[in-house]
Amino acid sequence: MPFDPSQIPIVQIVFFVMTACAIGGAIGVVSSPNLFHSALYLVLSLFGVAGYYVLLSAGFLAVVQLMVYVGAIAILILFAIMFARRLMGQGENQNNQQWWLSLPIVMILFAVLVGVVNTVSWPVSGAEPTGDTVMELGHAFLGSYLIPFEVVSILLSVALIGGIFLAREKVEAEEA
Amino acid sequence: MMPIPLSWWLTVSAALFSIGVYGALSRKNAIGILMGIELVLNAVNINLVAFWRYIAPTDISGQVFAIIVITVAAAEAAVGLAIIIALYRRRQTAVVDDLDLLKN
Repeated sequence: MPFDPSQIPIVQIVFFVMTACAIGGAIGVVSSPNLFHSALYLVLSLFGVAGYYVLLSAGFLAVVQLMVYVGAIAILILFAIMFARRLMGQGENQNNQQWWLSLPIVMILFAVLVGVVNTVSWPVSGAEPTGDTVMELGHAFLGSYLIPFEVVSILLSVALIGGIFLAREKVEAEEA
Repeated sequence: MMPIPLSWWLTVSAALFSIGVYGALSRKNAIGILMGIELVLNAVNINLVAFWRYIAPTDISGQVFAIIVITVAAAEAAVGLAIIIALYRRRQTAVVDDLDLLKN
C-alpha cells in the first residue's frame, strides 16, 4: 500500500491516536488498583497495537492480533479474574514492596533504549511490500518456515492440553 | 518517504516494553505480572513488524516471526493462567509473595 503524500497528516494523526490507545492502555494496565480494570485497559492497549499493524501495512497480522490477543488471551484473562473474585483484590494495594525501586530502573531502561534507537542509523529501504503478503505468508509457512511452523503447532497443542490438565485436575480432587 | 519515521515506532515500542517490565516487576498479583509480560511481547512484535516494513519489506520473515511470537504468547497465557487457577484453588491466593513454598 503506497503512501500518498497528501495523506501524511492523516496517517500521523492515526499514529498518535493509536499511540494514545496503546501507551495509555499500557499505563492503565500497570497502575490500575483493580485487576479487572487492568484487564480492560489491556484490551485497549492491544487494540492500539492492532492499529499499528494496519499502519505498517500488515493487515493479516492486525486481524491475527484482534482474534488471538483481544479475542482469546484478553478474554481468557478476564475469565480467570472473574472466576476467582478474590483475585481482583479490590481496595488493596496491588504493588509489591519493590515498586519504588523498579520505577526508576525502568525509566533508565527506557532512556537507554530511546538513546540507542535515535543514535543508530537504520538502513531503511524505500521499497514497498511486493504482492499479496497473505499469500506470501502462506508460502513461507509451508515452505522455508515449515519446521518452525510445525514445532509451534506442537507447542500450542501441548500447552493447551497441559492447561486443561492443570486446571481440571483440582476440580476432580475437590469434588472427590 | 514514509510519513512516520522508523524511530517513532521503535520509541513507542520501547515505551510499551518499559511499561510492561514495570508491570511485571511491581505487581503483587500473578495475573498482573502475566499482563505485564503480554505488553512486553506486544512491544517485541511492533519492533519485528516495523523492521520488516522499513528495512526488509520484500522479505516476509518479519511477519512470520511476529506470528510465531503471538502463538507462543497464546501458549504462555494458557499455561500461566492454568497454573494460577490451580494455585488459587490450593492456596486461595495469587499474590506471589505468599507463594514461597520452596523458600523454607
